[in-house]
Amino acid sequence: MEIKRRDFLKVAAAGGLLVASNAHPALARDPKTRSKDALGFLYDSTVCTGCKACVSACKQYNEMPQSSSSPQDPLWDNPLDTDSKTYNIIKLYKNGTGEIKDREQDGHAYVKRQCMHCVDPACVSACPVSALTKDPKNGVVSYNKSACIGCRYCQLACPYNIPKFEFEKTFPQIRKCQLCSHRLEKGEIPACAEFCPTGATVFGKVEDLLAEARKRLQYKPGSKQVYPVERLNGKAVAEREVTPYIPQVYGEKEGGGTQILYLAGVPFDKLGMPMLGERSDAQRSETIQHAIYKGMVAPIIFLGGLLYVVHKNTKDHK
Amino acid sequence: MKNKDFKVLSQHLGGVSRRDFLKYCSIVAAGMGLPLGAGAQIAEAVVNPKRPPVIWLSAQECTGCTESLLRATHPTLEHLILDLISLDYHETLSTPSGHQAEEARAASIKANKGKFILVVDGAIPVKDNGIYCMIAGRTALDILKDTAKDAAAIIAIGSCSSWGGVPSADPNPTGATPVHKVLADAGIKTPVINIPGCPPNPYNFLSTVLYYVTFKKLPELDKLARPMFAYGRLIHENCERRPHFDAGRFATEFGDENHRKGYCLYKLGCKGPETHANCPSILFGDTGAGTWPVGTGHPCFGCTEKGIGFHKPLFSRASLHMVTPPDTYPHTQEQQGKGATIAGVVVAAAAAGAAFAAVNKVAGKLGEDEKGKK
Repeated sequence: MEIKRRDFLKVAAAGGLLVASNAHPALARDPKTRSKDALGFLYDSTVCTGCKACVSACKQYNEMPQSSSSPQDPLWDNPLDTDSKTYNIIKLYKNGTGEIKDREQDGHAYVKRQCMHCVDPACVSACPVSALTKDPKNGVVSYNKSACIGCRYCQLACPYNIPKFEFEKTFPQIRKCQLCSHRLEKGEIPACAEFCPTGATVFGKVEDLLAEARKRLQYKPGSKQVYPVERLNGKAVAEREVTPYIPQVYGEKEGGGTQILYLAGVPFDKLGMPMLGERSDAQRSETIQHAIYKGMVAPIIFLGGLLYVVHKNTKDHK
Repeated sequence: MKNKDFKVLSQHLGGVSRRDFLKYCSIVAAGMGLPLGAGAQIAEAVVNPKRPPVIWLSAQECTGCTESLLRATHPTLEHLILDLISLDYHETLSTPSGHQAEEARAASIKANKGKFILVVDGAIPVKDNGIYCMIAGRTALDILKDTAKDAAAIIAIGSCSSWGGVPSADPNPTGATPVHKVLADAGIKTPVINIPGCPPNPYNFLSTVLYYVTFKKLPELDKLARPMFAYGRLIHENCERRPHFDAGRFATEFGDENHRKGYCLYKLGCKGPETHANCPSILFGDTGAGTWPVGTGHPCFGCTEKGIGFHKPLFSRASLHMVTPPDTYPHTQEQQGKGATIAGVVVAAAAAGAAFAAVNKVAGKLGEDEKGKK
């Protein structure tokens, strides 16, 4: 096979054009923004007392069976992580003696893990059959078992390791928190927020939750402040003494933003939260994918080039 | 009672005649519903030199501590003050009053210097030199300081004398101060035991006294000088409604469905999670099954805990004190085994190589021996 210098340069130039067009920022997909009516939680780790009322309420109202971390002796409902029977879990950060709450050294802190209902969810982007969809209004990422083909791309795509597959079932589904959509329909609020006794998990519009979170970061440690319980602007409130915060609202921008916001007294990486940039994975991958296939121009040029090379090299065989 | 017995006793009583004393004993017996003959028994019991003398002082108090003590039945108060201790002075329970009672106190202090137990209920006002609580023309502050330095031990009964209690609630107009602080400020080093509560469970007081009577020493105390047997654990730890807390079942309003079902009262402001007391275990006094605040459906208001009862709003939510969380939680970062380090691999490889070389050499020698034999 022989490729002339001239032909090679032609193909190379076409490739260069393709690369140049990809690099052009105008082709990058715009970051998605929160819907005005997006719903979510504000979880404040400094308020959480680790009572796990949210875990048991979640199981009760989503009709989930018990999940044991020791299959040989499945006496207790004590999963180590969210799994196909657990949408919501309280985890513990403990260092050294663990004496003081919300302290990094020789302290402890709790963290609640569940679906973050990302503004730009990687699972929705990765799902080839649109079994996972994001509600355009309230932003809840929900799952349609009839559409799912069980490829588990969502499991790999999620930066928070949330969608879980029912490996133990004959007809498995993907399981994850859907913000108690069945309760929202009835005008109720998600079970974990309703049953949180301290107000560590508060339900509300993400816009308002973000304002509340920013307000809390301004509180002086040691001062007495009124914290909403169950939901923002609801009846129930609790007064408590403010403990120091890490000056960051996790979920405001992380991974393109989420609808579950976090406040904590110890660094978020210590709480097991992934350290993500402001750009979402979905935006990054879709920018590449969409640029490559835009108007099918690049694939046609690429295929044309290949055909040309093949044609040149098979001429003599005819 | 014979005259010679009375002579021993009379020095404790400060000028009370034998006739008056027997009258008093009979009145006490009648007051407690005992048969009249018990008067003589009381008189005999009082002379028993084995019983530790007790002086009970009251300051800014409501007599609730005494009232709850009167209702205890095992042992009954009369058994306590007649057979077990010698209650030489008590403003509510004493039959004599005025100068007679004051003299009895003075005489007892003098006779039992360094041996008697001093019980104090009520906070001590210290503002304006303590003029807000006067007994027999003297301030409570003055009487306490005077009596405390001669006592073997002091029992501060009730939240008022332990932490300040009701009188010390904001804005604390009389400067109500707990006993231990008054003594510390005055430099008096007599040990103080706090039996907080509003009122405290009488059994916590009786048990402390009986412990002292039986073992002649003070029971084990916590950091805030409360007996460990009674205040060692949080109410939350032993609460009968705790399973509801763990399962997230809460009453949200008085009289709502969850409240009627007996669910956890945390959301109504129960201070159980930050209050140390044995109420869930021994309930309150002898008032019957289930009768303690949480048992009757009212959140605990933290009367035994410093800075909680009378200081934190009644229905505000408690913070959960837990020294360290149990290890039943999943961890944010699960522990993993460490891989082999390079240095470790090098050492292991060197050891394996040396062993191989040695075996090789030995095997070679064995072969030589075989050859030599042939």
